[in-house]
Amino acid sequence: MSNAHNAGFTGYLQRDLLLAYRRHGEAASPLIFFLLVATLVPLGVSPEAGRLEPLAPGIIWVMALLATLLSTEGLFASDYQDGSLEQMIIAPQLLAMPVLGKVTAHWLVTGLPLTLVSPIIGIMLSLPSDGFIPMMASLALGTGCLSLVGAVGAALTVSLRKGGLLLSLLVVPLYMPVIIFGSATVQAGIDGLNWFAPLAILGAMLATAVALCPLAIAGALRLVSSN
Amino acid sequence: MQIEGANGSGKTTLLRLLTRALEASSGSVFYAGVDIDQCLYDYREQILYLGHQPGVKLNLSAEENLRWMSPASTAPEAIVSALADLGLRGYEDVPCYSLSAGQHRRVALARLLTSRAQIWLLDEPFTAIDKQGVAFLEQCMQQHLNQGGAILVSTHQDLAITGVRKIRVEPADDAGGF
Amino acid sequence: MGSGRDWTWFHRLGSPRWFYETTGRWLPLLWAVTLALLVVGLVWGLLYAPQDAKQGNSFRIIYLHVPVSFLALAGYYIMAIAGAVGLIWKMKLSYMVMKSAAPLGAALTFLALFTGAVWGKPTWGTYWVWDARITSMLILLFLYLGVLALQYAFHSQDTGNKASAMLALVGTVNIPIIYKSVDWWYTLHQPATIKLTSAPSMHPDMFKPLLVMILAMYCFYALVLILNTRVEILQRERKTGWVRDLARQADTGPDNQ
Repeated sequence: MSNAHNAGFTGYLQRDLLLAYRRHGEAASPLIFFLLVATLVPLGVSPEAGRLEPLAPGIIWVMALLATLLSTEGLFASDYQDGSLEQMIIAPQLLAMPVLGKVTAHWLVTGLPLTLVSPIIGIMLSLPSDGFIPMMASLALGTGCLSLVGAVGAALTVSLRKGGLLLSLLVVPLYMPVIIFGSATVQAGIDGLNWFAPLAILGAMLATAVALCPLAIAGALRLVSSN
Repeated sequence: MQIEGANGSGKTTLLRLLTRALEASSGSVFYAGVDIDQCLYDYREQILYLGHQPGVKLNLSAEENLRWMSPASTAPEAIVSALADLGLRGYEDVPCYSLSAGQHRRVALARLLTSRAQIWLLDEPFTAIDKQGVAFLEQCMQQHLNQGGAILVSTHQDLAITGVRKIRVEPADDAGGF
Repeated sequence: MGSGRDWTWFHRLGSPRWFYETTGRWLPLLWAVTLALLVVGLVWGLLYAPQDAKQGNSFRIIYLHVPVSFLALAGYYIMAIAGAVGLIWKMKLSYMVMKSAAPLGAALTFLALFTGAVWGKPTWGTYWVWDARITSMLILLFLYLGVLALQYAFHSQDTGNKASAMLALVGTVNIPIIYKSVDWWYTLHQPATIKLTSAPSMHPDMFKPLLVMILAMYCFYALVLILNTRVEILQRERKTGWVRDLARQADTGPDNQ
């Protein structure tokens, strides 16, 4: 292979992880946002554990969703601006592979830390102890979905200047099923019901997203680059 | 082959059509007698495209960028020497946000030395390059041609290379058919 | 193109001028049918259909709410299909239809929500209820707004069209998922469901005007879609000869066309 450099899934995964590491301040901001807004809720609602407890699953999920949304905007932005996106598109490999690599890197830098930090938020918002494992499981799978679907919006809006707000409008309706089943998983765990059922649906959503989103993202990137 | 034309006449579009980043609304591109849509993978393996933007990640060093853009089997020494040839000796480990735009261009141009692609599609490669650099690049291009490669370059300058064919691109004209 | 089949009829379908001229001929008929159905349906439903046992006269809003909701959802699919045809066969006309369907569908969705609120106040005492149907309608409205916003966000109209078409397709895949999820979510939290449109226990005398209204709404949708598309065609093709001729004819007075 004469020109096949590190252009596949693992190549872009490694590259984006390295880039995130080099810009670690920027990479950590969704996490900090998550912690910050979780603090807003008791201030806005009430400090009483009794009033926070029923809201906790939903709040944690909404905050995780917002934090992921915030970080999705920059997914393709720098590649678009410095010309790497064009090189990605004209490479021989299927565009879906680099795309999947980038989105996986994004999840590793955003979704996974959110999942790992969520118990702290859970404690702060009086989440009942039965809810912790379902919460982490649902966040792990759900943030994967959120990264993938968010990347579709990011690809469509990458060439626009005030793309962030438009990105939210495009992507939040598509996020709604994820949050429904995500918080339902946590709630089922708290209520002592079978929380594997809604979790399985989250898993199915993730599988569908992994199969379909890269194609949509690749199509959108090609469209946006052909200007 | 040198592509000439006024600004905005479509030179960049032509080159991008050849990379298949753009799709033509009519007509097709042929590589070795086969429509590139049929042999896209093979075709794309053989092309190297340098566009207006250098494709350089600002948070990586010059060496890391070049290593990323070169074939996987390129030796580290080859990368360092390629950077040195383009006047970037000593700058290998500097993160690219500290380098100037001209230096970004040089990093991108260093790809010409490490790549094994047969066809070079170069869009205004001499921008922000000094006379010495231009002479060196012409040397590289001559060497590439002598080894049987092909080059399509869009530039205003006259090239000191043997066997240059020029085509002129006019706006709103169906230039092409070669 | 293919195996000797004559596809010119298909490609003629894609000509904006052909569309404009052909619909011009059928438009008066469509106007007449739509108005007739609307008048019959509304008068029948609002005045003559029997009163509901539980809800009295306020249930009559159903004759507007249900057909409008149907069309709001169907309209999204029509918009997405138009977008898909445009993407696959690269037809300009298809994109124009999609562009016309977007604000129409959004307006219908808004109307569905509004009529739902009007229905809700006398029935449950509040204007807004987070039930499955209304919540799904709200999300549908957001999907429409997204497609609309994307269309106008790009400098190049072509890019805007293609991006909207892609988004509409993504939305199409998601709509069943969203509807099912919201349905599930609602039953999870509200076991005793009062469905907003419990059609099964409907007396035939109440049902017939509803059918008329649904038919009327489909005609209305087709009418407005065609009208919008015609305007879009005139605007986009304003530099071509045949549009200029039309404008000249209009200027020199209503001559025989």
